[in-house]
Amino acid sequence: MDFNDSAEEAAYRAQVKIWLEANAPKAHPGSDPEGSDSLAASRAWQAKKAAAGYACITWPKEWGGQGGTPLQSVIFGQEEAGYPIPGNPFQIGLGMCVPTVMNFADEATKQRFAGPAIRGEEIWCQLFSEPSGGSDVAAARTKAERASDGSGDWIINGQKVWTTGAQFSDFGIVIVRTDPDVPKHKGLTMFWIDMRDPAVEVKPIHQMSGGSGFNEVFFTDLRIKDSQRLGGIGDGWKVSLVTLMNERLAVGGATGMGWSQFMEVARQTPGMDGGPALKDSSLREKLADWYVQAEGLKHTRNRTMTALSRGQTPGPESSIGKIVSAVQMQDLANEALEMLDQYGIINDVDLAPQHGGFQSSVMFAPGLRIAGGTDEILKNIIAERVLGLPGDIRVDKDVAFKDMPTGR
Amino acid sequence: MNFDFSDDQKFLKDEARKFLQANCPASRVRKVLEDDSMAYDADLWKSVAAQGWLGAAIPEAHGGLGLGHLELCVIAEELGRVVAPIPFASTVYMLAEAIMLAGSDAQKATYLPRIAAGEIIGCLATSEGPGAVSAATVSASVEGGKLSGVKIPVTDGDIADVALVLAKEGGQAGLYLVDMAGVTREALKTLDPTRDAARLTFSGARAERLGGAGEGLNLLEQILDRAAILLAFEQTGGADRSLEMAKEYALERYAFGRTIASYQAIKHKLADMYVKNELARSNAYYGAWALNTDASELPIAASAARIAASEAFWFASKENIQTHGGIGFTWQMDCHFYYRRSRQLSLVAGAPRVWKERLVSHLERRNAAA
Repeated sequence: MDFNDSAEEAAYRAQVKIWLEANAPKAHPGSDPEGSDSLAASRAWQAKKAAAGYACITWPKEWGGQGGTPLQSVIFGQEEAGYPIPGNPFQIGLGMCVPTVMNFADEATKQRFAGPAIRGEEIWCQLFSEPSGGSDVAAARTKAERASDGSGDWIINGQKVWTTGAQFSDFGIVIVRTDPDVPKHKGLTMFWIDMRDPAVEVKPIHQMSGGSGFNEVFFTDLRIKDSQRLGGIGDGWKVSLVTLMNERLAVGGATGMGWSQFMEVARQTPGMDGGPALKDSSLREKLADWYVQAEGLKHTRNRTMTALSRGQTPGPESSIGKIVSAVQMQDLANEALEMLDQYGIINDVDLAPQHGGFQSSVMFAPGLRIAGGTDEILKNIIAERVLGLPGDIRVDKDVAFKDMPTGR
Repeated sequence: MNFDFSDDQKFLKDEARKFLQANCPASRVRKVLEDDSMAYDADLWKSVAAQGWLGAAIPEAHGGLGLGHLELCVIAEELGRVVAPIPFASTVYMLAEAIMLAGSDAQKATYLPRIAAGEIIGCLATSEGPGAVSAATVSASVEGGKLSGVKIPVTDGDIADVALVLAKEGGQAGLYLVDMAGVTREALKTLDPTRDAARLTFSGARAERLGGAGEGLNLLEQILDRAAILLAFEQTGGADRSLEMAKEYALERYAFGRTIASYQAIKHKLADMYVKNELARSNAYYGAWALNTDASELPIAASAARIAASEAFWFASKENIQTHGGIGFTWQMDCHFYYRRSRQLSLVAGAPRVWKERLVSHLERRNAAA
């Protein structure tokens, strides 16, 4: 038992370090993560990585990847994180959308999209959630109907929601209802679409936290070719499972405000008896719990990496990450607010400790507990896929979609 | 990255599981629980000694197998799964570890071969009453090599041949090896009768110091750090078994026309157990690495392992009973073995709240040094 790289891993890491030192940015690109300067910087960095073979390391060579191992990808990520690299708006496309295209599209389509996506020239988004169904993706109501002119084209109408990056995406994959007369899972079909089509309207969602990282996307008579279909008609659910397989890995749980930032602030904040808050025993006990959870997650990741390093499939333990980290983010940040006492309500970045990081976390945590699988859905997944407990009884299983009861 | 046990260690774990399935079924645990005259399972103790497990981490030169602490960790996990009713922790994690850590050559030569052979049972005697042990709670004293005082409770104190006792000499705390012949022992009623405990009264017992004068509390911390990691593996084993029991029962029990395992209230409860168990396992693994390499991170790793494992075992053992419903509250079911053992293991080397305080103190020192 050790934390050392194998000989091959060490050689790869050394090669990565040399390349990063010569090529990675040394200064932060700009403070606005969604600004156009930042997007240009992201594209430039992605293109550099692609040219050197460090974008899409694990993709097969025939897709334009490197045919590398998952651990090589992890190693690159670890080393890259040591530099002030720009944000990564390509993650959803390269992690979920484009692999779906590569699995289900025709040869010409694959040839058309892989290269520009890898180089960061084109950005993709994933259009699954709808106002009528977040956890229940298969309840999608957005519909695609054949055009009446006999062309074989499809006409899409409806609305998607919580679409990350739609505002700067060039393409997207969308799951739509093509047959409302069969049960919900059987009447769905997947397509790729051009997000720049005028029939697609993107409206940012104003989050409760104040920011706008997600969007609503409206389709009004969006006409697409049948050749944009990914998989068979009515096979959309099966295709979406391929897409979602990667989501829980792609949605990271890391946040800036952890136990060490809490400890730093607790050292400088007066506690109940006038000494530092860090001496308050109730805070110390919670701090210990958060440390133990954070270490538990860190070493769970180390176990996952070990399995990858040995060429094995990681065990189910990797599924616990977001449940633990999202809940901790909310609890830890709130405890920090309470430690600051009356001052805790201030979220002015110039006045609040850690530039208001705890206040931001309190306001963002409700979203993190929902995004990429709610706490409740993730527990269902652990119960069903890891522990082998039965699935929920589904009252809509044998009901035609059009006859399903609906509420809000 | 190589943060897992080796194939050989996993093989040892499989063999240990098979051995304990055959030699430590729940019926044996129940016998020790119900028979007041049985302080432990002496037959199991003999066969465990014959397997060489008592000396797994003891060097060959001192009669052990000379394997290492990672091997001891996998054995500990399996012992925890079956709530083995033997004085393994007292003898191996505490006495043997203490002697290997701080014993003189003569002490090592005297005790380690006999521990490895199963000839002596050990115990650690630090508590004298309610509350956490500290310099202020130690009244037992040594004068001219003779120990006087009372220790309560001492796990396995009623069956031990050798006690490691925290006592003061000239006002300074030290740890002393004491031959139990002639020491007055009174068995205590405890929450977990599968691991007996006693009140020990020392009246001029011959005491030989372990380690330096005035080093007692410092040394005790180091011993408990090592024991905490091994105990964490027992706790993780017990927590995993509790989750399995809950799962097996939930899949068989019907209510309102379907298995209770199909209700989200039960599924989410079991998922919560799984999450805590995995956090405990990952922290225990880090502890195992620190123990095996004697890393400077050992005190922090040990604290984290103990806190996570105590939480996981407590949660899994209580929610296992809850999942069973009324039958889980009966004496005839085995659920309470795990509930009782979770209390024993969480308290025997100091309660989690004490370890949380130790952990934060270590983190403060580490951050100050950085």
